[in-house]
Amino acid sequence: MTVVRRPLDQSVLTIPRGQTYIIPQRCKGCRFCIDFCPKDVLEESTDINSKGYHYPVVSAGKEEACIQCTFCTLVCPEFAIYTEEIEPETL
Amino acid sequence: MCPREIVVSDHKLDPILRSDRLPHIWCPGCGLGPAMACFANAIQESDIPVDKHVCVSGIGCTGRVAGYLNVDSFHTTHGRAIPFATGLKLSNPDLKVTVFSGDGDLFAIGGNHMLHAARRNIDITVICVNNFNYGMTGGQLGPTTPYAARTTTTPYGNPEGPLNIPHLVAALGAVFVARWTVLHVRQLQKAIAYALNKEGFTFIEVLSPCPVGFGRPNDLGDGIDEMQFYRQQSIVDDRAPLESVGIDMSKESTLVLGNFVDRERPVYQPMGTEPPEQREQTAVYHPADPEVKAREAP
Repeated sequence: MTVVRRPLDQSVLTIPRGQTYIIPQRCKGCRFCIDFCPKDVLEESTDINSKGYHYPVVSAGKEEACIQCTFCTLVCPEFAIYTEEIEPETL
Repeated sequence: MCPREIVVSDHKLDPILRSDRLPHIWCPGCGLGPAMACFANAIQESDIPVDKHVCVSGIGCTGRVAGYLNVDSFHTTHGRAIPFATGLKLSNPDLKVTVFSGDGDLFAIGGNHMLHAARRNIDITVICVNNFNYGMTGGQLGPTTPYAARTTTTPYGNPEGPLNIPHLVAALGAVFVARWTVLHVRQLQKAIAYALNKEGFTFIEVLSPCPVGFGRPNDLGDGIDEMQFYRQQSIVDDRAPLESVGIDMSKESTLVLGNFVDRERPVYQPMGTEPPEQREQTAVYHPADPEVKAREAP
């Protein structure tokens, strides 16, 4: 018999999730959002914006990985990225 | 399945920014953007209405913050942000006045104003962004440039020792003294929000990368490399002895961060402008004053 330990309140626990919004024209390619994202959601785009910088995009396969920590929103010097909370993930 | 990223044209902080002036003039990798974002978030979080907030700044890269925030603001002459803010606060005590300026503006040319505003404990908040040099004019030596650091005007190394800003401001009598870097955005935002709600002279030093002016001659790399340096070398110690929190920015040095001082002192109030119930104890009347004569009459 296998014993599976699960928290008593597992049914009510949720993982917050966020949707990323990007304003490519404002980005100056400093990489703060890409390097400090705790879930490594972002990567540099292959395209460039009108100033010639590679702006951040969500990596392939990481569409649902954002946990709405809002660090990219706070640390972006250009006000070029933010996240909005969406329906959380249930366990 | 949610979409990858949604391309938009407006940021959610845009209502509190003058977004028609964005993108701003600051270099890629500059830390002024996060510092301004923390201040904008703290304004939105505070209980004080946005139209009661005033942002005053001096000259320099940091001085441009007043122009990018959509609150009442004034861009003063070099070093004179604190005198202007003092006058504003005393003539209209309902306003919440914040001085947002750089280390050169506040501690070099404006050093004397800082000294006396902190000594008087005027009810303003001062946010000083420290990038260790004069960034806007081309990376010259400033009062916070670490010993032996190279700048445009000290190509063989800085022969002077830098100011230890938290130690100085605490000695001058500020009621709240904190230091954070622009990487510590949550702590910085909390410290600003706390300072906005606290009465008296509150001071926050914000360490910021300046990749073009200070990072390049000192081999600190780009803005992201200096942020990684902050991440690796910072320690948070609210009770650190302030005489030991000086910064030298060498590879092995540590940066001590924290909310160092939080105390109470009487706030500056010109004599005779107190509310009437407090006036009895504090105001000094001339013997010829009709009010005194009336009280002394049997």
